[in-house]
Order: sequence, then structure tokens, then C-alpha cells
Amino acid sequence: MALDAHIKQQWLSSQILLLGGSAGSFKLLFKLVKVLPESFDKTVIIIIHRKKNFYSEIEKLFAENSRMSLREISDKEPIQANTIYIAPANYHSLVEKDGFFSLDVSEAVWYSKPSIDVTFESVAEVYRDSVTAILFSGANQDGAEGLLKLRRSGALTIAQDPADAEMTEMPQAAIDMHAAEYVLSFEDIFELLQTPPDTQHN
Amino acid sequence: MNISVSKETITDAQLKELIDIVKKIHGFDFSDYTEASFKRRIGRILMLKKLAFYDLKHLLINDPPFFQEFLEEITVNVTEMFRDPAFYKALRSQVVPYLSTYQHVKIWCAGCSSGEEAYSLAILLKEENLLKRSFIYGTDVNTEVLNEAKKGIYSLRKIKSYAENYVFTGLPGSLTDHFTIAYDAAAIQSELKQNTLFSVHNLISDTVFNEFQMISCRNVFIYFETELQHRILELFYNSLCPLGYLCLGNKETIRSDAFRKKFKVINQKENIYQKIGA
Repeated sequence: MALDAHIKQQWLSSQILLLGGSAGSFKLLFKLVKVLPESFDKTVIIIIHRKKNFYSEIEKLFAENSRMSLREISDKEPIQANTIYIAPANYHSLVEKDGFFSLDVSEAVWYSKPSIDVTFESVAEVYRDSVTAILFSGANQDGAEGLLKLRRSGALTIAQDPADAEMTEMPQAAIDMHAAEYVLSFEDIFELLQTPPDTQHN
Repeated sequence: MNISVSKETITDAQLKELIDIVKKIHGFDFSDYTEASFKRRIGRILMLKKLAFYDLKHLLINDPPFFQEFLEEITVNVTEMFRDPAFYKALRSQVVPYLSTYQHVKIWCAGCSSGEEAYSLAILLKEENLLKRSFIYGTDVNTEVLNEAKKGIYSLRKIKSYAENYVFTGLPGSLTDHFTIAYDAAAIQSELKQNTLFSVHNLISDTVFNEFQMISCRNVFIYFETELQHRILELFYNSLCPLGYLCLGNKETIRSDAFRKKFKVINQKENIYQKIGA
């Protein structure tokens, strides 16, 4: 599928890029992070389901793969452009109106903490339509409701094509809920994120 | 789908109105709570109790006993024994050796919820042969969770999930060694309860009540705005003995320069600090 002008336009005008995924999404996210340029006017927030107590090398792997500066979200951390933030294990990550992250240890959502729904909903409330959100492969329904809320607030919402995903349940749940404005293959998503800024005036 | 019951989005004006009502009628000040999570909690109460926002307001004004229920749900009481095992490892290697030089060790577990963390500390002190000369004060704003803390009885299902954390701390034996188990419940051994006291204390409005060698307040600051965090850091500073230790949650770094001069970093990753300066 060729990417239309509308999707490119909305991607380019986004302030926040939200990436949510679970089982089967790690490799894809590494690839995406790798192509993001060194100087990037957007804030990238990644929420992947992860287990507590296992000191994971996720941050390290992402950092090695990325040209942008990358950090695990910590409480009251300022939200900056040109930075990749990763949601820590055993907390929900929220955004505040005044440009900070905040964390929450409340109940797991869809057995998940971090929950994709929680962060997506919170970003929808603050950043409304200046968001591009993509939901990738995963084995439960977390993220679908959050993506719907984002769509309702005017964000660009994308689900990875289930035919393309290792685990179909997560993107499929979003599609069933009509939360995804676009359903794209990984190649298309990959291409979209590399859209050069000058296409804005086509 | 019932619109009024399913996830109602709370507007800023409604939020302010609610905070004002609670402050005026019940004397609890939530105005410096972190907004995003506070809004989520209110949304959750509306959903759990099947209320519209208007009904919630009505209950808070006209039904005084409802406030206790509200308080229970609005404050997050999700806790674990030995949450972040690496923190307990750090306590053993970096803090316990200093605590053991005191004749009496007083510890304040602030925001103790149902007591899991206070008892985790008690177990750790017992294993370090320090419990007999230690005393742990657990405080919370919520009387209901304090009653649970005083009982020290947890479901077996919970204990099983905490047991995994315990393994990662490297403490000897297993978590269940510290409990008496009957049917599907586990009661903390009385020896571990002896040197604990649980009581109401509101970090926002109450003051210094004792002097401590260590204060643990983990995953409470995440719910507070920075300015309120600073007020409570001041309270903790004034509640610690010289060179006393302050333990915050894993992601709750002290960012303020002023407080960085008052607290030396002992373990950056686990946010363990030591009181310095005058």
C-alpha cells in the first residue's frame, strides 16, 4: 500500500511518537529505533511489556541501536524532543500537562505493568492530535482501548497488519475496535517514519 | 454501553471542584497530587462504584462515612513484599553495617499501606540479628490498610508472588519461613510483629513525631507534585538523626540542588541517601 499524503502530513506534524508492543515486537522496535535520525524533532515513547525482577538489557540494546539519546522514564522527568523514553518495568508511565512524566504503581491492566493502554490514554489527554501511535505484535488486548482514545482525540493511529505480526491478538483487538485509522505492514511503517520533512509541502 | 458509567473523562474544572470539596469538608488536601494518576483514580472510583461524577460529588458532601471508602480507593495501595530485590541487597551491604552500630535502631516506613514493606524490613533485620534492638513505625493516611498491616495476614496467593522477590534478595531460606500458614492465608510470625507499630500519619499535614536512623518512603513521591515532594523531604530531613538514611523508590531520584546538598547519594540506582550538612 502506498502511503497517502494525509498520513505523511500527520506523521510530520506529530510531536510525540508512541510505540506499543508485546510478544513478537522487540526485533521490530529495534529496527525502527535504528532508522530514527540523530536529530529528531519528536519525542519517542516506547511501552513494551516486560517482566519485573529480570534485569533486562532492553535499554542497553536500544541505546546501542539508536542514534538518539535514550533513557528509562523516571518520576517527574521532563519530556524532551529528540529523546527516546522507555517505560520501566513494574510501573505505569503517565504524562502530565506541564511537560513531565509521572509514574504509578497501581493495579496491572490486562495483567501488564507497564500497560500500553494507560500511557496511550494519558498521552491522548495531553497531546491530543499531535501524536502518532503505533501498536505492534502482542498476545493480549492491552493498547487497543488506548489507541481508540488517541484516535478520538485526533491522533494518527496505526496497527501493524496482523498478517505481518508474529502475535496477532494485540493489533487485531485495535482493528476490531476501530481504533486504528491505518493498518500497515512493517515495511510501510518503516517507510513512514523515514518520510523526509520536505514532503510536507507536496 | 452506559456512557455515564463507563470511563468518564474528568475535566480540569471537575477535578478542581472535587479537590475543593474534599479539602473543605474532610480536611484532606489533594491539590498537590500528580494530576494524571489522580484523575485515573477518580475515573476508577466512578467505574467501580458505578457512579456518575455528579453522584460522587453528592456522596462526598452528604454521606460522611463514604469518605473513608473514597480515601481507600483514591490512594494506591498496591504493594509487595521485597519489591525491587536489588534494593534489599543494597540495604544489607550498604546500610545495615551502619545501623548495627546503634544501640537502638528506629525505622520509619512512611506510606506503609498494608504493611508488606515494613514486614520485609523486619525480616531483613531479623536475618541480620538486628531486629531485637530495632523498632519499625509504619504510617499511612488510610486507617483501613493500617488495620490490615496490624493483622499481618496475607493471602497465600500474594505470598507466593512475593516469594519470588525474596529469592532474588539472596536472604537465606524462603519467605514462607517467616509465616505461619493455614489454609489459604499466611500470618507473619509474632516475633516479627513485636517490634512494629502502625499508626495514622498524613505526610501532607502532619509533622515530625520521632527521630529515626532510617526512613523508607518508596513509591509514594510518584503521586506528589515536585513542590510537595520538597516539603516532605524537609520533613524527612528533620526526622532523621545525623547521618540517618533515606530510602526512596527506584525511580524517585532527588533532583533538587538544595536537597542534593542535604542528602548524600549512597546508592544511585536504588535511591538510597544519607543525611549530611547542618
